Amino acid sequence: MKRSVIDISDLSTEEIRELIRVAEDIIGHPADYEEACRHRKLATLFFEPSTRTRLSFEAAMYELGGNVISVAGGNTSSAAKGESIADTAKTVSCYADIIAMRHPKEGAAYVAAQNASIPVINAGDGGHCHPTQTLADLLTIWREKGTFENLTIGLCGDLKFGRTVHSLIQAMSRYAGVRFVLISPEELKLPSYVKKDVLAAKGIAYTQTTDLLGAMPDLDILYMTRVQRERFFNEEDYLRLKDSYILTPQKLANAKKDLSVMHPLPRVNEISVAVDDDPRAAYFKQVLYGKYMRMALILKLLKEAGRL
Amino acid sequence: MNVDSIQNGIVIDHIRAGSAMKLYELLHLGDLDAPVAIMKNVTSKKLGKKDIIKIDAELSVDLAVIGYVDPEATVNIIKDGELVEKRKIGMPELLTNVLFCKNPRCVTSTEQELPHVFKLTDRERRVYRCIYCETAAGK
Repeated sequence: MKRSVIDISDLSTEEIRELIRVAEDIIGHPADYEEACRHRKLATLFFEPSTRTRLSFEAAMYELGGNVISVAGGNTSSAAKGESIADTAKTVSCYADIIAMRHPKEGAAYVAAQNASIPVINAGDGGHCHPTQTLADLLTIWREKGTFENLTIGLCGDLKFGRTVHSLIQAMSRYAGVRFVLISPEELKLPSYVKKDVLAAKGIAYTQTTDLLGAMPDLDILYMTRVQRERFFNEEDYLRLKDSYILTPQKLANAKKDLSVMHPLPRVNEISVAVDDDPRAAYFKQVLYGKYMRMALILKLLKEAGRL
Repeated sequence: MNVDSIQNGIVIDHIRAGSAMKLYELLHLGDLDAPVAIMKNVTSKKLGKKDIIKIDAELSVDLAVIGYVDPEATVNIIKDGELVEKRKIGMPELLTNVLFCKNPRCVTSTEQELPHVFKLTDRERRVYRCIYCETAAGK
């Protein structure tokens, strides 16, 4: 049966565990998967600029032996002529076996999924959801910590518009003993509906602070985020807040020895390049793990849709 | 104060006092070419005060709208001057083209053909969210 993944909550904890198992098997035995998606086509529909997510999906499909057809940038597609998302999804369903879609509007992937006859993976819909980034984050946490339970996770930077943060909170709040430390300037605090609907509703412990250094010693994971220019209507607000938190080797001095520093990337300057050599820096591994989780997800959805 | 009994139509009763005008607007009753009576702050044994809307015309109203504005309201169907059906509505799970998403980043802001659909996500707090962007409806 055709099934799409729009939000991380579309996947149960059991399914996430299974995706991690498959991703780790791919890491261990890549040759076993080289032909897994032979003659299958992934359509990458990217109506908003993206480098890593699009390349990650495309690399994932190629490593599964499949092919990729793509639209990059709304200006070069029928969308520029005014075609609706629904019509685009129906049309692409005639050409491809699965769609990965990024769009600046929130809910766009849901509309595509409602109209496509093939599975749709949300590759980011504005500031709303980005489930495959969360899958990358989860595999990183799993491989770095060996567990999802009893972790203290610091989320730092733009917690207001950062969709990766909201999805990660949603995903991690399903595991026992998880505690969040929310580190942000006042203007970029986690929206109250996430606190109310996810954290409070599930009884998850959290603290809010503006002090990164003070929070550092308690953290098992530090998840840094970029203050995203494209989420601001007002350039002045962006310029005022963009340098709020910059992670340097000095700031890591009081951190645990087994801390993992994560970042969904791209970074601008919020993690100093000097941190890259610290063994606790996990953000480039996170990029690689993202590709493996996308491979596992493509396989799962194609199989469920009866296309493998 | 007297309002004539209706012969064929609908009486929306037990509306929380103060909510009748909202219901009048959302049901587009102003567009009707039929007698419509709004009674506000009527004494009620159960509610203390209540509003009532009487529509003297046979028409189908969107029950979901009534349930959204006041899940405790009742709908009475009148035929030939007699009460033939009494319905309690409750809170609807979905509202289609009743509320409109105000999030400028929502896909509904650019895709003109899309219906605006809101889903009940918290029954206790009566929260409805846009099915596309999950923005809560402002009441």
